[in-house]
Parts: sequence; C-alpha cells; structure tokens
Amino acid sequence: MAQDEQQVLSGLAEIVNEETGVDAADVQPDKSFTEDLDIDSLSMMTIVVNAEEKFGVTIPDDEVKNLTTVGDAVKYIQTAQG
Amino acid sequence: MTADRRIVVTGLGATTPLGGTMTQTWEALLAGESGARALPQEWLDRYDLPVTFAATIKQHPSEVLKKVEIRRMDPSAQYAMIASREAWADAGAPEVDPERLGVAIGTGIGGVHTLLDQYDVLKEKGPRRIYPLTVPMLMPNTASGNVSLELGGRAGAHTTVSACASGAEAMGYAAAMIRDGRADVVVAGGTEAAIHPLPMAGFAAMRALSPRNDDPTHASRPYDVDRDGFVIGEGAGVLVLESYEHATARGARIYAELASIGMSADAFHITAPEPEGAGASRAMLEAVERADLSTRDIMHINAHATSTPVGDIAESNAIRRAFGDATDDISITATKSMTGHLLGAAGALEGLITVLSLYHRIVPATTNVDNLDPEISLDVVRGEHRKLPDGDIAALNNSFGFGGHNVALTVKSI
Repeated sequence: MAQDEQQVLSGLAEIVNEETGVDAADVQPDKSFTEDLDIDSLSMMTIVVNAEEKFGVTIPDDEVKNLTTVGDAVKYIQTAQG
Repeated sequence: MTADRRIVVTGLGATTPLGGTMTQTWEALLAGESGARALPQEWLDRYDLPVTFAATIKQHPSEVLKKVEIRRMDPSAQYAMIASREAWADAGAPEVDPERLGVAIGTGIGGVHTLLDQYDVLKEKGPRRIYPLTVPMLMPNTASGNVSLELGGRAGAHTTVSACASGAEAMGYAAAMIRDGRADVVVAGGTEAAIHPLPMAGFAAMRALSPRNDDPTHASRPYDVDRDGFVIGEGAGVLVLESYEHATARGARIYAELASIGMSADAFHITAPEPEGAGASRAMLEAVERADLSTRDIMHINAHATSTPVGDIAESNAIRRAFGDATDDISITATKSMTGHLLGAAGALEGLITVLSLYHRIVPATTNVDNLDPEISLDVVRGEHRKLPDGDIAALNNSFGFGGHNVALTVKSI
C-alpha cells in the first residue's frame, strides 16, 4: 500500500537516525546522503536494506547510486510502492 | 626487546561482571562479590543449555554508549571501547603525536555474537538482509580497530589471539612497541564477549564449565577441593602504557611499572596444560629475569587459576618449579573466584588487578576456598585480604591459553 511523502520521509528519517545517529529532523528531502549527512557507502547499504524491509519494496544496487538526496529515495520508494 | 626504556602504567579502565568501571570492579573485589548470575530465561528455554549461569557484564553497554555505537559495534568492541575511554580519561587524556600512539587489544574469540546472529539472519531471511557491517564487526581485530579510530592512534593497531592469554599477550606486545621505539603511548588490554549459547554449549561439551547451576556464586572456586570447572565471564580490561620519560615529562600519575613479559608454549596438548608445568615455569622465570629480578623479589602472583581440577594443580606445580622454596613467601590469589573467567580479557583484567594490588599494597582474597586442595602447595590468600610490604616490590600475573600459550607479566611498584 502506497504511503504519502511525509510518511515515507519520517520512516526513512527513523532508519537513518538508528543507523547513523544523524538527527531525524535533519533528514530532509533536499539533503544529500553523502555531502550533507556524511553517510558512507556501507551505512547507505544498511539504510537501503532496512528501507526495503520497512516499506515492502525492492531497491536494486544499480539504483542506489542514483539516490543522491533524501528526496530521491522518498520518490523512489513511493513509486516502487505503486 | 631492550631494557633501556622503562614502561609505566598511567591509566586503567574496565567493564566486568563486577562493575562498569575499574574502580567499581576493584571495590567489588575487596568486598568479595561474585559476578556469576543466571543466563537470560529465553536462552534457557530455547537451547536447553547444560550450564545455566555465567559471569555476565554488570553494566549493559547501552547505559554508557550511544545507540549507534551499540548497533555498529560487536559487544567485544563495545566493551573494549568503554574500558579504553575510562583508561584514557584516567590517564588524563595524554597529548601525544598520533603517530606515536598505538593500540594493542587481544581477544580469544572475536565478534562471535555478530557471526552467529548474522548466520541466523542468513538462514531466516537470506543474504540480502545481512548487515553490511557484519565483517568489520565479527573480525577479531574489531576492538583494536575501533579503539584506534576513536583515539586516533596511528603507530599501529594490533590484536593478539592466544585464547585465554590474549589480553596478557597484548600488554606484552604493547610494551614491546614502546621498547622498540615504535610508540610513546599504547592503549592495551583484552576484551571478550562470548557468552552466547554456542560457545557456552561448546565449553560445556568439553566439560570445562562448572555445572553448579543451583549455586552460581560459589561455582568459581579455584584451589578448593570441590572445584569442578570455570565460570565463563565477559568484559574488557584496558590500560594506558607509556614510556617513563613521556609519563614523567607530562607529570602523569604512575600506578606501577610493567617491567617485563615472559612467554612460552607447551607443545604438549591442544587444551590440557603440561602437568609438571615446565612451559609455564619457563614463562615465569623468563619474566623474572627480564625484569632484572630474582625469584626472591616476587612477593605476589595473580594466578591464572580458573577453577578447573587439572589446571589449578598444573599452575601450582609450575610456580613451585620456578620459585622453589621462595614459593612459600609469595602471596597468591585467584581473582577469577569473583570475576569468573573472562577468556581473552582475563589476562588484561588480572594485569590491571595486579597493578592495583601493588599500588594499594593489598592482595584481594580468593573467595570460595572452603577446603584448600592438599595438592595445591601455595600460600593462597583467602579469608582476609593480604597487606603487601612498603618499599620496592614486584608481582607476577600469569595467563595461560588453549593452544599451550603461557604468558607471565612482571609488575613493579613505583
């Protein structure tokens, strides 16, 4: 079942906070995972896997490199949820 | 190793079955407390373990570490991090060139919780769900790597692995780094987090663990005639070692001198100690000689004494073989009677206890020795703590490990 943007964003922020300690409030659509949130590739893979489980979607490895910002990830998850 | 650079101890840290800090651990030792307690009920229900207790850590890491640190570090690294931070602060957070700061933290088993928990994930959910930090969490050097990262130590980060001698060997390795001129300050010790159903079942299958399920706090009873195995423990002990010049130049408090290390291998059996103690006595004598001491100078030994029927006698024989008649004048204690056996952290924790015994001039009494085994021909400190004399004194800390590893450390008072 598709969730609205705000639901996905807050769910994703929770995952990012748990994995990296970044304040959930800082996880905003315009933020870059690497440049702004200082998230390394291993942490990114964990976030992806946890997001797959939480949102019931699949995010192929090839797609992960296109998810530059939090907004990119939210949009991808929403689309994948259909 | 050359003897021209003296190595001193300037900081202590630990998290153990007796307390969340070295200070709490020392106070609990003087109070004669036991760290043994029942295992979580869910393990007992699920695995039907033959031994239902262990010396689990007193303070859960979540009380002092950030949630993210808990998530991203195996418990073996968490314990080492807690102990290292305490030791570093206790040493006054010395200012040192990062390239002159080293780390040496041993472990017997490494990240076994991560390994086994992730194997469960693999079987239940498949490879896609495996935590991407699994490998850096399960590797045995996960603790030394994380601590080096935390403190910015760039002289080298090392991990000694020699079962229950790992922690002592790390302290010897650290001392060698300073003696060889590779570092001025080294954070050294041991860590272990192996209280998990599989290692528990493995040790129980060897009949190495005391099965005294109805009385956990009296199960670890080194030297007592009714001892029937060790009590598995967990935690970490870490100290800050410094060259004497570096420590005095910055006006650091000095607890004691780590004077030497003696090492040998039994090459006798993969787990059983050589019964006459030839290898262990060679390690002790080497330690004494390298410290420029004679056997008469050793006033105290913190023994390995794990509470196994065979091991305690082999060590007793080894001590008498090394020290001869001088053995009668050595105050010997087995603090595993209170802490349990911390495996790869044991030698480190007992090294710290030996340092504090010299610093405070008091040997904590061994507990649970209701009837001293007549085959143990040692002056076992029991009943009351033993005051050590004033003046220059020295002590040994023994550690032995499966694989036939023998390590003895000499500590001198300052």
